[in-house]
Amino acid sequence: MPPFEQPLLNPSPEVSDEIRKTTCYMCACRCGIDVHLQDGKVKYIEGNKDHPVNKGVLCAKGSAGIMQHYSPARLKAPLKRVGERGSGEFEEISWDEALDIAAGWLGPIRENNPSKLAFFTGRDQSQSLTSWWAQAFGTPNYAAHGGFCSVNMAAAGIYTMGGAFWEFGTPDWERTKLFMIFGVAEDHDSNPIKMGLGRLKERGAKVIGVNPVRSGYNAIADEWVGITPGTDGLFILALVHELLRAGKVDLEYLTRYTNAPYLVNGDEGSAESGLFMRDKDGKPQVLDRATGKPVAFDKKGVKADLAGTLRKGGVTHRPVFQLLAEKYMGAENAPAAVADRCGISADRIRRIAAELAHVAFEEEITIDQPWTDWKGEKHEKMTGRPVSFHAMRGISAHSNGFQTCRALHLLQILLGSVEVPGGFRFKPPYPKPATAHPKPHCAACPGEVLNGPHLGFVQGPEDLMFDDDGNAARIDKAFTWENPMSSHGLMHMVISNAHAGDPYKIDTLFMYMANMSWNSSMNSGKVMEMLTDKDENGDYVIPRIIYSDAYSSEMVAFADLILPDTTYLERHDCISMLDRPICEAGAMADSIRWPVVEPERPGHAGVRGFQSALIQLGAKLGLPGMVNEDGSATYQDYADYIQNHERRPGVGPLAGFRGKDGKGKGRGAPNPDQIQAYIDNGGFWIDHIPDEALYFKPWNAAYQDWAVERGIFDKPEPYLFQIYVEPMRKFQLAAEGHGAHQPPDHLRAQLKVAMDPLPVWYPPFEEGVVDPEEFPLHALTQRPAAMYHSWGSQNAWLRQIHGVNPLYVSGEIWQEHGFAEGDWAWLSSRHSKIKVPVVRMDALNARTVWTWNAIGKRKGAWALDEKAPEANKGFLLNHLINELLPPKADGMRWSNSDPVTGQAAWFDLRVKIERADPGDQVAEPQTPSQKSPVGQGPKNVSYGEQF
Amino acid sequence: MTTLPQNTGKKLGLVIDLDTCVGCHACVISCKEWNTSNYGAPLSDMDAYGESPEGTFLNRVHTFEAKLADKPAQIVHFPKSCLHCEDAPCVTVCPTGASYKRVEDGIVLVNEDNCIGCGLCAWACPYGAREMDAAAGVMKKCTLCVDRIYNENIPEKDREPACVRSCPAGARHFGDFADPDSNVSLLSAARDGLELMPELGTRPVNRYLPPRLKDDITDSSSIDILAPLLDPMPETASGFLGWLDKALEKF
Amino acid sequence: MHPAPSVIIFTALSGLGFGLLTWLGFGFPEVSGATAFAMFFVAFALAAGGLLASTFHLGNPQRALKAFSQWRSSWLSREAVLAVASLGVMGLYAIGLIFLNSTWQLLGGIGGALSITTVFSTSMIYAQMKTVPRWRMPLTPVLFLTYALGGGALLAGQVLTASLLLLALSVLQLISWKLGDRRFAQAGSTIETATGLGFLGRVRLLEKPHSGSNYLMREMVHVVGRKHALKLRGIALLTLGIIPAALLLVLPFNHIIAVAAVASHLLGLFAARWLFFAEAEHVVGLYYDQRRVG
Ligand SMILES: Nc1nc2c(c(=O)[nH]1)N[C@H]1C(S)=C(S)[C@@H](COP(=O)(O)OP(=O)(O)OC[C@H]3O[C@@H](n4cnc5c(=O)[nH]c(N)nc54)[C@H](O)[C@@H]3O)O[C@H]1N2
Ligand SMILES: Nc1nc2c(c(=O)[nH]1)N[C@H]1C(S)=C(S)[C@@H](COP(=O)(O)OP(=O)(O)OC[C@H]3O[C@@H](n4cnc5c(=O)[nH]c(N)nc54)[C@H](O)[C@@H]3O)O[C@H]1N2
Ligand code: SF4
Ligand code: SF4
Ligand code: SF4
Ligand code: SF4
Ligand code: SF4
Ligand SMILES: [Mo]
Repeated sequence: MPPFEQPLLNPSPEVSDEIRKTTCYMCACRCGIDVHLQDGKVKYIEGNKDHPVNKGVLCAKGSAGIMQHYSPARLKAPLKRVGERGSGEFEEISWDEALDIAAGWLGPIRENNPSKLAFFTGRDQSQSLTSWWAQAFGTPNYAAHGGFCSVNMAAAGIYTMGGAFWEFGTPDWERTKLFMIFGVAEDHDSNPIKMGLGRLKERGAKVIGVNPVRSGYNAIADEWVGITPGTDGLFILALVHELLRAGKVDLEYLTRYTNAPYLVNGDEGSAESGLFMRDKDGKPQVLDRATGKPVAFDKKGVKADLAGTLRKGGVTHRPVFQLLAEKYMGAENAPAAVADRCGISADRIRRIAAELAHVAFEEEITIDQPWTDWKGEKHEKMTGRPVSFHAMRGISAHSNGFQTCRALHLLQILLGSVEVPGGFRFKPPYPKPATAHPKPHCAACPGEVLNGPHLGFVQGPEDLMFDDDGNAARIDKAFTWENPMSSHGLMHMVISNAHAGDPYKIDTLFMYMANMSWNSSMNSGKVMEMLTDKDENGDYVIPRIIYSDAYSSEMVAFADLILPDTTYLERHDCISMLDRPICEAGAMADSIRWPVVEPERPGHAGVRGFQSALIQLGAKLGLPGMVNEDGSATYQDYADYIQNHERRPGVGPLAGFRGKDGKGKGRGAPNPDQIQAYIDNGGFWIDHIPDEALYFKPWNAAYQDWAVERGIFDKPEPYLFQIYVEPMRKFQLAAEGHGAHQPPDHLRAQLKVAMDPLPVWYPPFEEGVVDPEEFPLHALTQRPAAMYHSWGSQNAWLRQIHGVNPLYVSGEIWQEHGFAEGDWAWLSSRHSKIKVPVVRMDALNARTVWTWNAIGKRKGAWALDEKAPEANKGFLLNHLINELLPPKADGMRWSNSDPVTGQAAWFDLRVKIERADPGDQVAEPQTPSQKSPVGQGPKNVSYGEQF
Repeated sequence: MTTLPQNTGKKLGLVIDLDTCVGCHACVISCKEWNTSNYGAPLSDMDAYGESPEGTFLNRVHTFEAKLADKPAQIVHFPKSCLHCEDAPCVTVCPTGASYKRVEDGIVLVNEDNCIGCGLCAWACPYGAREMDAAAGVMKKCTLCVDRIYNENIPEKDREPACVRSCPAGARHFGDFADPDSNVSLLSAARDGLELMPELGTRPVNRYLPPRLKDDITDSSSIDILAPLLDPMPETASGFLGWLDKALEKF
Repeated sequence: MHPAPSVIIFTALSGLGFGLLTWLGFGFPEVSGATAFAMFFVAFALAAGGLLASTFHLGNPQRALKAFSQWRSSWLSREAVLAVASLGVMGLYAIGLIFLNSTWQLLGGIGGALSITTVFSTSMIYAQMKTVPRWRMPLTPVLFLTYALGGGALLAGQVLTASLLLLALSVLQLISWKLGDRRFAQAGSTIETATGLGFLGRVRLLEKPHSGSNYLMREMVHVVGRKHALKLRGIALLTLGIIPAALLLVLPFNHIIAVAAVASHLLGLFAARWLFFAEAEHVVGLYYDQRRVG
């Protein structure tokens, strides 16, 4: 008898009937997915191996897409509010009625005063559509979520080097030898960063993680720098100090590719002071090293001098580099001077500087690839400095974030490690200098299109957005003296400002895909009050709210009209070159989503892709561009728009398969079979950059020509990195009293400090307004890899991983307060107090506490049981964060934002902690429950039973 | 006293690189996703939207913190699924023969048609690699994706476990430990692959690559090598500008 | 381990039942007719009832027959086979005693031996578990056998034997607790061996794999309070053997006293069996860092 008999097993079961390839939407990373269908149901989702973003891998959220698609929290039909705001009482209505209501509200606004509409969108990436729509409507009040997200990162990058980290660039994972990552938990490039880190590990490259918390990416970093929150600028500038002192900077790179040689007017007190010396064509001047004479910066054959100075008309003009050296070589930037504040020893700072220098200059790499620069000079090789950096909200979500991001870019540039082999590389459509972006526009006229794009990059005080009376033109006060370079708007101020009627009252708030009553707002409790607040007549202070969501979120309860979206597997979408495409450093690429399953909600009026609904609403309102001369709709739906809309002749939402023959790359007439061509190609399109154009893109003639050919630019746009950002100096000059455009007095001091044209560090604002003795700790949040903000909690698989979020407390604080396992604590900030469960963590900056972001839920939301742990033990740190700083003597409302860009300063938060009586072990505050318009999820689930 | 095969042809298993795992749980969910609609009964979730959701998972990621005196604490993400032990106690305790180890490749499986759901095999497993499905009442465990790795209905390059295919960091490797030249054998040999709880004699096939010791660079020895790099530039009469002037001559 | 009622009832009652059958098989007491019927009824009810209870924790009890197949390797399978064999043999033996007034002593002897071997198999299910060091010692089968024989003797009315065995049982139980308390440490499994991370220093769990519970935690990671356990141990020790023995040896024997002794023993038995599971720590708890310290 054999020892045992093995059962027969079929090792080759059928996996599915059909695979449909589309793009994931469980986060903004936009990986390619293969959706396996069986009997018309989604059976299995895996990564698309051919896809440029994820090359087959998939994260937890991506694999859990099935449960999101079949989530009980999905909305089923348009909803009209019948109860009080916030109660969650709705009735289902038809789409016709919904669009009629919306048009009925918006039509008169457009005819009378388009500014009365505030249209703000969340993290969807159809901003090229939504902004175009808002422009056609004529309201100046449009922006997406960038202002509360990471505009510091984006703006600092674009103003400094014509591109940013985020998902707009990437380390050269295959070549870099030393990688430093600052303040990143997940980032938008979730899978590519993980894949990249995996590659570095495989190659044995060193990773240094700078983060108060040692989790996730920082856990595998070879070295962890547990910095004190808000002090990265100091640390980075100390590295700069050391490198300058040792002469370990790439002078050739600085001379060729940056504005380091630009001559700066040293005539202190004059209106020209700190501005570049320009010739009569307005071109900045550099010193010709051969002749000692000033010449235009772009004159061919000139080698610019960094060492000389020019004395002219009694004024000394010095190259940027000299100002920079003087500024950072001072003792206040020495490691010893910053060590205590950063919580990093001076020795260690010096060692890291030495390592950077070592890898950059002793381990230089070259690729045998000739190329020609923008001045026509030929180079035999591509020389690279294999150090690279990445950073995200840890440095940007502070009130000194813009300047800290700039400091990091300065460090990269001094090392000569941007757009070189082994360094940091841009992804098309970047590099693109700030000057190639539009400027903001705000001139609203009844019944007319806005005079230009809402958002952009100001070049000086003359570009700020005021009305004729000098009041902020926009509801979020973007592009004002409070935050002049607020390129992404300030979505986090909209509700607060609209409620306060400051700068004016609005009529309709129209929002899309942002849970603004809850986790994307600061001070959520107060925001809910603002949304439900009534005036003396009993009318809501914010009269009307239209909102589009796909699920029964907290924000749904606060809207008057709900436009229910489909899930990502049910609609057309494009991830467009006009927006935030999926490009690689070595390729241009974009992609689509398409209805791999049909959006059916039997028994209900159904759901509709928001973009389609928006286009249809636009047609109903007769918005220019959306209706034909005969009044009929130009586009039936989003798919029609994607295929047929042209932003510029030959350039439309999708860059691939253009033209009648479908062969056009980047440019070409609309192709009626374009979407099908994408589907046939696996849901994306990619076009590789030629070898000679792969690096040095801002200055590489081949790249510039290729970019023009592909419709990225209409003419070559070579430029130099702006170490010294002259537009900032213009704001400083205004603050000093120069020029026609003058800031209010109470902002002069702030502008002088914050608008320094060279990176500086100043303490986060909260430090100045709270007593550090009373609130000695820093409180942070991090994104969990397996959750996307608030949406993950409706997902039966993901919510098991993060159903509650403890407050992680450093070992030092833990001992100080005598905490024990299972304890609860009161955590208070200057304006509020929450009760939370605590857990000890030693791998944490000693003066810091943190928690996972957006796990806490309101009872009744997301089709969860009211007893759900998310609603009882989960909590939001947001309750402790105020969108305003405490009132100062001047009685003004000071926003808790970066003074340059208006970026919400989430991570400035200071707190104190005390042990709490665990009581019933329920987190506080508890918001009364909302009624679920979609009922509650089923008890037990066995997904896959039917297959 | 055993019905474990004396020898298996192959020894298929995983290498998990703890120095690379970022703890993202991708492998957890992709495993759940594949297995809930493939081999055997679906992996149910009880009280899925309620107070105490609890589902069956074949792979879970723990997070540990480890601290040496005078060193900063280190975090290690620790994915864990069946280790396909050579001396698998879960197999020998099974009263029904539902649990078995395959002769051809060493994969430990549960034949769910025979499983009475007594739970004894889960007791016998030191690693917590088996979970009883509350809805189906049968024992579930990692199948090493036996229905993927040989599956002729999927492209050859995809014939690897779901968790390995999806791991974004590339921290999971699949292969044959019986072959000394396989990727897994080589990796394990090169990086001293760990065996979990060797004292229990289960002889797990899966290996863990230990995290590299971090932060040892904080001691001052390396600064000595690097220090000359930071020597201030020569103090010339004209100081910084003099140095700059000279340095600019070089290109 | 999770002290599941079905498993406690199963091991406790079937142990008693097979203990009683053992005595009956070897002819203690010699019974026939109605008395035999009563005795065998009790024994069968306990043994079979216990077995039945054990099926309550099965996920798929309808397939229980399959559990007879793996007697070559599995103690649980052996136990099933032996239990059925014992019951079968003892059933025949009982028919002889009750209805035919014949004592087939050889059959009784075989049945008795099978019955006590059944108890041994039960004990080996636990004693073989390397994962539960507290159980994995030779004393575990000895203890189970003494429980069965002591309790069986008590039910079989073997006053002196029962008293002595129950006193011995008390001592054995005390020793097992004492030895058991050290077993986990002796076995050498720690969070460091479980994770292989000892070289990084002291290891502790920061985050569980899921914020809620799971099958493993419910089934294998059960933590009892030290004080609670001590109290239960005291109660078990007194009621298990000392009180029954005292009742039987000191007071004049009558049925009320016998019933009281049995009741006391049952109380002790259940308390001790609850502790047997509840105090048993499974090594998988190391991954959850939820060992009871101390
Ligand atoms: N404390 C703290 N708070 C923070 C942050 C922090 O770091 N700390 N981070 C901030 C940042 S950077 C951000 S970006 C915000 C994010 O905050 P939010 O943008 O509010 O993020 P979500 O919770 O994902 O909310 C988006 C809404 O979109 C809905 N949705 C999901 N899919 C679809 C869809 O397909 N169509 C439509 N129409 N709706 C959909 C969801 O149901 C949800 O209600 O949070 C901010 N809040
Ligand atoms: N899985 C998942 N992925 C996401 C999201 C999600 O919700 N889930 N959200 C997406 C969105 S909208 C965004 S904006 C991105 C954000 O991506 P990240 O920037 O990675 O987001 P955060 O989680 O806010 O991470 C901030 C990190 O900075 C650290 N930090 C805080 N203060 C400081 C400081 O002063 N200095 C330094 N050096 N570090 C500091 C925190 O510890 C934390 O690790 O992620 C995107 N990707
Ligand atoms: S990172 Fe994950 S959730 Fe985001 S797009 Fe990629 S697979 Fe989807
Ligand atoms: S998918 Fe990979 S990196 Fe993520 S937890 Fe699993 S093993 Fe670790
Ligand atoms: S890990 Fe556990 S379940 Fe897997 S073979 Fe080993 S003992 Fe059995
Ligand atoms: S639960 Fe199933 S596989 Fe496990 S021992 Fe029992 S019968 Fe065997
Ligand atoms: S090999 Fe397959 S079954 Fe095993 S953990 Fe990986 S995905 Fe799950
Ligand atoms: Mo964000």
